[in-house]
Formats: sequence, structure tokens, C-alpha cells
Amino acid sequence: MSILVNEQTRVLVQGITGRDGSFHARSMQEYGTQVVGGVTPGKGGQTVGTLPVFNTVAEAMAETGANCSVIFVPARFAAHAVREAADAGISLVICITEGLPVLNMTDLSAELKDKPVRLIGPNCPGVISPGQCKVGIMPGHIHKPGGVGVISRSGTLTYEVVYSLTESGMGQSTCIGVGGDPIIGTGYLDLLAMFEQDDQTDSIVLIGEIGGEAEERAAEYIKTSVSKKVVAFISGRTAPPGKRMGHAGAIISGGKGGAEAKVNALREAGVVVVDRPDQIPGALA
Amino acid sequence: MRTYGISVPDGKVAETADQAASIAAQWDGAVVVKGQVLTGGRGKAGAIKVVSSVAEARASAEKIIGMTVKDLPVNRVLITERINIASEYYLAVTIDREAESVVLILSAAGGMDIEEVAATEPEKIRRLTLTADPSPESLKTWLAHAFPDAGHLDQAVPIILAMNRLFREKDCSLVEINPLAITAEGKLVAADAKIVLDDNGVPLHPELAELRNDEEYTADEIEAKAAGLSFVSLEGEIGCMVNGAGLAMATMDGIKLAGGTAANFLDVGGSSNPEKVLTAMRILLRNDQLKVILINIFGGITRCDDVARGILMAREQLGITVPMVIRLVGTNETQGRDLLQQAGLIATRSMTEAIEQAVAQAQGGARS
Repeated sequence: MSILVNEQTRVLVQGITGRDGSFHARSMQEYGTQVVGGVTPGKGGQTVGTLPVFNTVAEAMAETGANCSVIFVPARFAAHAVREAADAGISLVICITEGLPVLNMTDLSAELKDKPVRLIGPNCPGVISPGQCKVGIMPGHIHKPGGVGVISRSGTLTYEVVYSLTESGMGQSTCIGVGGDPIIGTGYLDLLAMFEQDDQTDSIVLIGEIGGEAEERAAEYIKTSVSKKVVAFISGRTAPPGKRMGHAGAIISGGKGGAEAKVNALREAGVVVVDRPDQIPGALA
Repeated sequence: MRTYGISVPDGKVAETADQAASIAAQWDGAVVVKGQVLTGGRGKAGAIKVVSSVAEARASAEKIIGMTVKDLPVNRVLITERINIASEYYLAVTIDREAESVVLILSAAGGMDIEEVAATEPEKIRRLTLTADPSPESLKTWLAHAFPDAGHLDQAVPIILAMNRLFREKDCSLVEINPLAITAEGKLVAADAKIVLDDNGVPLHPELAELRNDEEYTADEIEAKAAGLSFVSLEGEIGCMVNGAGLAMATMDGIKLAGGTAANFLDVGGSSNPEKVLTAMRILLRNDQLKVILINIFGGITRCDDVARGILMAREQLGITVPMVIRLVGTNETQGRDLLQQAGLIATRSMTEAIEQAVAQAQGGARS
């Protein structure tokens, strides 16, 4: 029945009065997501479209019964916004904002470890369970309900993959953009475990890229703990070392983070690694 | 580092051999001449010389200024007092992505290329997670093994605490001292160092923005940055304009796979207005290796009609003579495709097809 978000998810938009926040609040509503309100400090009492605005997350939760929050606030306030949502008791926080200093994330990840909250992102497109709930900025119409779980470090590349899945008649259970930063809230491992448990999901697509060693760790995990079919694509095979390729986390540095090691580790774990995004549907079939 | 209480050798920057000589004279020529360039491997490239006389200092500066290290030009040298080094360490504070924390890296094999040490003698490297406020006592215990001399140990602890403070207060991604020298007199000195700032932290520290050295980037990369585009110069023939970093990398990879070479990585970003597309095209066109422009857009927040307008504006204003291969899919793709078609341009829907067309065009161009 999909993972992370579904028809029961009640979404709060932090930064709802901003340009991006208001635009995507409406687009999520149009997709059918239960958006229940928004938060902008100092603007409590206003409305954005049909949605009430509150000053704090705690207040918004009490009034609306929200259980998920999506963050669109500017980078310098984003860590605080995540903290506020976690402290108020929101169980799923999705941070779209790009540009958080990495030290904000080392602090946050240490703090959140002891709290009953899951963070997705930052610097991510969000999460969608097609036909049920979209929490993020992805174009909803390219998705289709089905059995493929998608985990990705990228935005548009995920759309590319989803589009080719949908065109081939393969729907998706849930698609998660985990974010392009060096340190993120939720990585491959937790999501692989959830997809492994999820009844609706019968195969998994993993879209990785250069930088760090998360794909190598995912490979180890898949080898021991994932029985469902996994197909992967790694971008950045031709990226030069030492240069940041758009995403803050997409950099080959200190001899680490290259694509080849990732491809090899995944293949060794029995994952089918394809050379082009449009080969994914064929590899899943 | 001085501001944070870390001892560094005295020195001054020179842009000419004459300046270098007059600075070296302050220490009777007993100096180190160091090429100033934002990359590692300077020692191996011959851009660092230890000299004993003013004449030698002048000669070394002459040689080093104007040389290149890893393709980057050396335009100036730092002349520092020579210190009598008894032993050397490698020290760094950086981010451990996997542990999601700040980490201290220590090696007694100082002065060496740490990547090489990591590959050949990993047992010589030790790592310690650093909290925001580590206890000096526990740090001392951890360091005791590496600094058997109590006098050295007492100096090492505050240096590491200072590095940790500097790292955090200025939002760095690396604070490295290599080598940390123990002088013949028993003093710990940061004989050389490297600090890398987190790009995302720079806006929080306006005082650091002025330290930016544009020599590290190509002119195109600088203009792209100013326009909010993410751009990296490469050496191939196919200019790429793509929305999204992952898709842009996948496009480069696809070009290679199809037998071509990408001239650049370019992410035009999420909400690409026509002006942004125009700037992107202007940057691409400046490259005289360019044979084809490949535009690969998957519209999400980006609207295909905006991109089409930008392409047409660019064609009108920039006088584009190289062929363009365009792929448009996603939000408002029909409107975008119609706009292009009215102007005689055709957009494909398949990324693979577009890449193959671009590679064929580039190869055709090479033959003619």
C-alpha cells in the first residue's frame, strides 16, 4: 500500500505564504493531496487559497491534525523549520529547500536521531504515492499507480525515469527524492527496507549519482536484505573529479565517490545497472 | 588561522621575482618560496622551493611564477620564513558524509599526499568524531599516542580545538594543516594549510565572500554563477543545456556512450525563464570547440514554452550558426513545440534520440 505517504497523510506547508510555498500548496491540492494548512510566523490568521495559515507548527497541528510537513522556507531558516516541526511532533518532515550549509545537517541529524520523526531531504523534490498523495514539487501527471518503488538523489532525472516507466505501462508505488546534499535525512537503506516490506511494491529502481559512498552501502544492504528485484542507474560516469556537478553532494573528492565503484558494487550485489535511463523499464520487465 | 591562535610562519606574497627577493632579504634568504594556486600537489609539481639565499629565492620565484600546476596558472608566490622542521603531521577537520558528523583526521605521515597514505598505509591514519565542543581532556587522551612528548601534546590540543572552532564558525568543508611541523625548538607550527568553504555557507559570512579567488574558475563558470546557472567546463564538442543536475550528468554520460564528447555540464535550474536560457546559450556559444548545441529539457517546474521562447530569443539575438538539437518533454510541451515549429525548429521527445542526433551532427561537422 505504498510507503511514507498515502490517502491518510495530512500535510502542512511551512513557508506557505512564499512564492514557491503557495504555488506548490495549490498544485498538491489539485493532485488530491490532503493539504490542511500552512505555517508562516507572523502571518497566522491569513489564508492562502482555501488554506488557513498559522504562526507555529504546534498551533497548526492542534487545529488541523496534520501529520506531515513540507518545507519551502529559505535556506537560512530551513534547519529551524525542520526542528520546529520535529519538536511539535510531526512524524514526517519533507524539506524541499536547497542550499542548507552542511553543518546545519550534521547538527540536525544528531538531534533528530532521538526523536520520533523522519526527515526527507533537504534539496529534494519530495515524495509521491501516485493516485494517493503528492508531497513535493514533482509533476504529478507523469506518474501512475503501480508496483515500482523509486528512490533517487535527483529531481528531473527521476521525472525522466518515472516518465519512461509510465510510458511503458509500469506504475509506481512510491517515488522518493532523497536529496542532492552530502548529508540527508533519510538515505537508501531505510527506504529499501520499507519497500522490501511493502505489499504494493514488487520491484525497486535506485537512481544514484557520484559523490559519497551511499550507493556502495546500499549495495551491501541489498545483498543481505532485499529480495525484490532492484534496477539502478548511476549518473556522472563522465564527471571530472574535484568539480561539484550542480548538487552539493555530487562531487568526486579525495579519490572517492566515483561512478565506477558504485556501479561495480551494485552489480556485485545482483543489481541490474543500466547505462541509460530509458533502459530501466526493459530491465524491470 | 592566526586569528584563531594557530601559529603560522611569517611571510608575504610577491608577484614578481624582484618583490620575492626583497621579501626574502628580511630573513637573509632563508625562506620557502611557495607558488600560490588553488590546488594540491604543488610540491610534486616543483612549485614549492626551500632556499638559503636571496639569489636562490629570486631564481625560484622567477621559475615558479608563470608555471602551471594541474592546468592552473601560478601568478604569485608566498615567501615565508624557513622553519627548522624536526617532524611533521597531517591534521584535518572535515565532514564525514557516512557518519554525518565532523571528523578529525590525524596522521603522523605529515607533508605527504594524504590520499596516497590512505591508499598505501591506511593504518597510519586515525579518525575522531568532533562535537561542537569537545572536552580538552578526552582529546588529549586520544592524541597522547601520536604526541608522546608532553610539551608537544599540550600545544596540539588547542590547535585542534581552534581548527574545530574555525571549521564550524566559518562553515567550512575542510580545514587542513599539512604539514603541522614540530620545529627544532619544540614549537608546533602550521607550515602549510588549506581551507575550503562550504558554498552554501558563504552567504552567511559576507566577510568571506571577498576572499573568493576567481582564478579557480573559468570565465564561463564565473558568468554562469552570476546568472544562477550551474556550469562546469569540459573539453568536448557538444554544448549541453539541461534542467536539473542529475539529468545534466546523465546527458553527458549519454553523449559519451553514443560516441561523442560533451563540452560542458550546464544545469539551467528549476524555473528557467527565457532570460536564463539566453544567458546559458551565450555562454555555450563562446566555446570555439562547439559543433552542436544539445538542449534536453524535462519540464516540471520548468515550462517548455519558456524554454522555447528563450531558444528563439537566443537565435535572434546571438546569431547561432551551429546546429541545435532540442528535446522537450513535460509541462507545456505542446506550446513549446508549437513555438519552435513556427520558427522552423523541430524538437524530439526522446532523450536517447536527441543525444544520438547531436553526436551524429558533431561527427558530421568534424568531417566537413
